[in-house]
Amino acid sequence: MEKLYKFLKYTFIILWTVFIVAPFLWAISTSFKDFQSVNSKVTYIPWLDFEPTLEGWRVLVKSPARGGVDIVEPYFNSLFVTCTASLISIVLGTLAAYALSRFTFKAGFVRNNDITFFFISQRIMPPIVLSIPFFIFLSTIGLLDSLIGLVVVYIVLLMPIAVWIMVDFFNRVPKELDETALIDGCNPYQAFYKVVLPNSIPGLIVAGMFCIIFGWIDFFFAFILTFTEVQLLPVKVVALNSSITPWWSLSASALISVAPLIIVAFVVERYLSKGNLSGALK
Amino acid sequence: MNFKHKYVFLFPGLFVLIGILIFPIIFTIRLSLSGWNSYTPEMNFIGITNYIRLFTDDPRFWESFFRLSFLSVTTVILQYIIGFALALIVWREIKFKRFFRVIFLIPMMTTPVIMTVIWRTFFHESLGPVNDLLGNLGVKPILWLSDPVIAKFTVIIVEVWQWTPFMFLLLLAGLLSLPKEPFLAAAIDGASPFRKFVYVTFPLMAPISIGAIIIRLIEASKIMDTVFVLTSGGPGTATETSSFYIYIKGLREFQMGYAATLSFTYLVIMIISLTIIAKVLTKLMIKE
Repeated sequence: MEKLYKFLKYTFIILWTVFIVAPFLWAISTSFKDFQSVNSKVTYIPWLDFEPTLEGWRVLVKSPARGGVDIVEPYFNSLFVTCTASLISIVLGTLAAYALSRFTFKAGFVRNNDITFFFISQRIMPPIVLSIPFFIFLSTIGLLDSLIGLVVVYIVLLMPIAVWIMVDFFNRVPKELDETALIDGCNPYQAFYKVVLPNSIPGLIVAGMFCIIFGWIDFFFAFILTFTEVQLLPVKVVALNSSITPWWSLSASALISVAPLIIVAFVVERYLSKGNLSGALK
Repeated sequence: MNFKHKYVFLFPGLFVLIGILIFPIIFTIRLSLSGWNSYTPEMNFIGITNYIRLFTDDPRFWESFFRLSFLSVTTVILQYIIGFALALIVWREIKFKRFFRVIFLIPMMTTPVIMTVIWRTFFHESLGPVNDLLGNLGVKPILWLSDPVIAKFTVIIVEVWQWTPFMFLLLLAGLLSLPKEPFLAAAIDGASPFRKFVYVTFPLMAPISIGAIIIRLIEASKIMDTVFVLTSGGPGTATETSSFYIYIKGLREFQMGYAATLSFTYLVIMIISLTIIAKVLTKLMIKE
């Protein structure tokens, strides 16, 4: 019985690992192929099944005029929009979360929980519902197809995440901490800045990681609200997909676009193992 | 504590959020009462004509809505079962624990649309590896993307691949934060692993499970990216979800007024149904 359970357990996680890794392996293999090895029959292992070439990867560094795929600019655009929006969301979200965790608010029938729910419930908003008015709104004020316009929209996406994680986190930071600071003569802002914030770094890191993930992977807003001036990475790759880009350069650009955030998986795991994440995520 | 400081903390975030959102929402409601389209791009007033059209003469929207419900509920159930199983396995000591944890997290770090670009080549009906490997086993080529029924399952497979890690992360973080005492007590009583799960782990995890399921349902109700790249709603309308249908009406056919009607109705349905689901789940899973 014990043995059977162990066998099933390992079979299950190994099968799941294969399922997770399969598309990556396929993409890596495809990125080294040429016309012959994609279109004649399905090939898998370089050297054994086909002769690998670097053509797919070379296209990424060529200039567009010479038949290359310009992926550097979308890369930096994505980085800029994600980081700026995350930073603004974290700052504003953390302040609001601190207020919601420490003070009582009352306005009519609205209580703290209702305000928290209001923040978090913005995630329910389907992107399509916002995109049509934003499309018209941004084109009226001339921010359609610009980085600033995207940052504004992304704040709506990311601030709920920051508030959600930070309210829970602050609820776990003992109240005595700020009370002692206040008795010692700090004003509330100093108490927050000098005492509470340094003790909240794990929470801030988790919130930051989540904001960066959800900012980086968004496609829809970038797709609707930008055209030619500004292109974000996901939009660029999808544009490649709908033109006649060959599979090898498509795979190479897809791989290089998803690579940076995979590091985040290692960071998250480290926090899990040290037990810091369980407090921040519940 | 001093009365006014608390507003300094709360208001910047609150007002930025309200400031960004208030215009789109009011605008959507107003737009939904107009006949804005590519012929008459203006904010005229046509009353509730659009709403009448939606409720009496648009089966395609309702079909896309039920399709979306089917897709999101199925994917979330699968994600919960698989994610919980994976979390339980790597919660305890096993070989290469940290390696598996990292692997299980990776898909949620990748951009859905970009991975879907890869999935499209993966499920390609003549040049993709899936049909090729199945062909070696003697299975006839499966029409992953062009059969109306199978295409739905392809979408489900991709969604499960993409988002099970999120469920896994929330549940594992929950498991790691559980108190130790109930497990010690169960061990002393000599409970079998199965009984331990049913009587100790699962009840303790109920609140976290509900939270995770609701968060995932909210996110899954927005399924769009995957469908957009994988099948473009096709074949026909077989994988078209509500968002995608609204996108077609609004930003491809430029029936802005009608698209706003759809959006607003969709938003209201979403809020109501998610609230009901949250209430029901809480009742079912937490027995006082």
